[in-house]
Amino acid sequence: MNIWLALQDPNTQWVLMGCVLLGISSGVLGCFAFLRGRSLVGDALAHAALPGVCLVYLLTGSKSIGLFLIGAGVAGLLATYCITAISRHTRIKEDTSLALTLSVFFGVGIVLLTHIQHSASGNQSGLDKFLFGQAASLVFTDVITIMLVAAVLIVITALLFKEFTLLSFDPGFGRGLGFPMGLLDGLLMLMLLMSVVIGLQAVGVVLVAAMLIAPAVTARYWTDKLSKMVLLSGFFGALSGVLGTLISTQQENLPTGPTIVLSATAFFLFSLLFSPRRGVLARMARFLRMRKKVLREDVMQALYERLEEQTKSRPTSVYHGFGAEQLAQKCGKRATAVRKALYDLQKLAFVSEPSRTEVETLWTFTPEGLKEAHRLVLNQRLWDLYHMNQNQYHSLEIDVNQEELAPQLSDATLSLMLAQLNAYDLTPRLSDHHSVSHLLHPSKQGGLSL
Amino acid sequence: MNSFWIILTGSLVAASCGFLGCFLILRRMAMLGDAISHAILPGIVLAFLFSGSREILPMLMGAAIIGLITVFIVQMLHQSGVKSDAAIGVTFTALFSVGVVLVSLYTQQVDLDLDCVLYGEIAYVPWDTWQFGGMDMGPRALWGVGGVFLFSLLIIGLFFKQFKLCAFDPALAAAIGIPVVLFHYLLMTLVSLTTVAAFESVGAILVVAMLVVPSATAYLLTDRLHIMLFISMAVGVLSAILGYFFASWLDSSIAGAMTAVAGLLFFLAFLFSPRHGMISKMVARRKIHIGEA
Repeated sequence: MNIWLALQDPNTQWVLMGCVLLGISSGVLGCFAFLRGRSLVGDALAHAALPGVCLVYLLTGSKSIGLFLIGAGVAGLLATYCITAISRHTRIKEDTSLALTLSVFFGVGIVLLTHIQHSASGNQSGLDKFLFGQAASLVFTDVITIMLVAAVLIVITALLFKEFTLLSFDPGFGRGLGFPMGLLDGLLMLMLLMSVVIGLQAVGVVLVAAMLIAPAVTARYWTDKLSKMVLLSGFFGALSGVLGTLISTQQENLPTGPTIVLSATAFFLFSLLFSPRRGVLARMARFLRMRKKVLREDVMQALYERLEEQTKSRPTSVYHGFGAEQLAQKCGKRATAVRKALYDLQKLAFVSEPSRTEVETLWTFTPEGLKEAHRLVLNQRLWDLYHMNQNQYHSLEIDVNQEELAPQLSDATLSLMLAQLNAYDLTPRLSDHHSVSHLLHPSKQGGLSL
Repeated sequence: MNSFWIILTGSLVAASCGFLGCFLILRRMAMLGDAISHAILPGIVLAFLFSGSREILPMLMGAAIIGLITVFIVQMLHQSGVKSDAAIGVTFTALFSVGVVLVSLYTQQVDLDLDCVLYGEIAYVPWDTWQFGGMDMGPRALWGVGGVFLFSLLIIGLFFKQFKLCAFDPALAAAIGIPVVLFHYLLMTLVSLTTVAAFESVGAILVVAMLVVPSATAYLLTDRLHIMLFISMAVGVLSAILGYFFASWLDSSIAGAMTAVAGLLFFLAFLFSPRHGMISKMVARRKIHIGEA
């Protein structure tokens, strides 16, 4: 069926409207569930709704969504109680009690469902649509119910946003401030339950939990602020609702639940890969950049220290510069990697290749490179000193994740540390290229003589 | 005779699941078992599509691979900063959706309907027999489940000490040189294999019940691992037998009834377990009160 034709059908418009609201409300509530570490509780609530729905049908014989909501709600409350009771009163852990409650409720639901199907009163078709969802089976009154519930959920969330934020991040602090955290937690559970129940018909018992989880996780990739996350998550939820419903109309016999979930997953995968800060690609790029930088700095340090050794031990000897092999040995990296780093450094004008033997190229610093290397080595040695003498410096407030140590120190501490370096004979002395200019500009005739 | 085959298959399913379930709940990975049992659906469908038959071997392989992939994805998402419960939730719903979509798209080729995916069709087990060299060897599902059960008994039996240590104290196990990760994946492979073997009989979701409920019941009744394994299997078999009669009385799904009975047995243990039950705890508390007064 053509999508545009389908869109013009007023029935489809209603269904889409329902799915949008559904996506928004479960996306918004999913954020709080996600932050509370309750993502899978939605799954348990959804599975538990099945016996509730079936019992309502058995008792009343009607298929009105309002009654189903009540049945599913009661069953969900019972399931919530079971989960907490089992993990509180016995040594069974939370995850086991979750899986246990979920599967037993679902099993009972299956017993009831098959019992209804086998006793075949003819009117029962459509009940199994609750398993995988069929948004097309939504009628006008259902959509109205969904809209009402979703609107109520969204309004309550907006009104209690501050309290729910507190609940998600620091319930203990909230209790200290005098908020009724237990009550709020219960309310949040109830709201989760409601959003699961209105999703049952469109997404189905088995997969409705994904509507709580996937948009929230997706939104988490794009922001660190809860308010933005909630908005984004609602947006992603709505988008997946629409997309999934449209896809499912394209194919006979394709339930809506999986297509909605797959659209939500597609958004998730996209964010997982391409999110600018937390995405896999961004992180990989950051990692590679960092590794390259560290390698460059290591090579510069190695070159500097070689130079230092040279001036210390044989200050007057002939100097050709150092080959990549030697430097690789010094800093413990592979020679090919070091060679690549050296060419990078050459582009930055930090090193130059003053001479070339048949076997390999020999490298030394440019004046700027020497200054930079001095800075790096000094910084590195200050850090080493700090770590070696932590007893002495533990009172300083140092952020060890910062790259540079010196700017974090007071002048007094810095001069103390420099004196200590001197005492260890670790002061990097090749700071000024005048003192070593003979090392930097060897004569063209194979090395230099002093 | 048909009842016998059904009950036997059900018991084997319950016993093999209950056996592995003990290790799952000890390692707090019950929900990972849930995730695997959902996620193997696409593996099964793909194996159907590729092999064009219901042969048990391609299905087992497909499921084992998908099961391991699931565990791997969950692990990877968790390492990249997603909370582990959300990682599980995203992974298994996505894979299960892929499976459902595949089933819907290839209904002609795939001899599976969505209901049977959910709660199996153990009632048809006796008619689907395995012909070997012109001989009727009994229900095929029985051979599949039995084979996988023997396999996991063998593996766990061979490495019982290692599995035990990994279940209770993975850090110590790692410290004395046991490859904990390898055993983790080995256990997950066994779970995937068992799940797929049990799949036809009890469906994706009720496998979880068979994995978790009997072993949780056993966990309440004993403090020793090997006793727990036996109790768990016994509870599983008992729920299979009682479930069969319950289902024929109610005229409903046998697998669902098995789950319901298992739940009931768990509830009994929850109330009356001599050491960890509600009643005995209440009595113990009473005694303390009297002692204080």
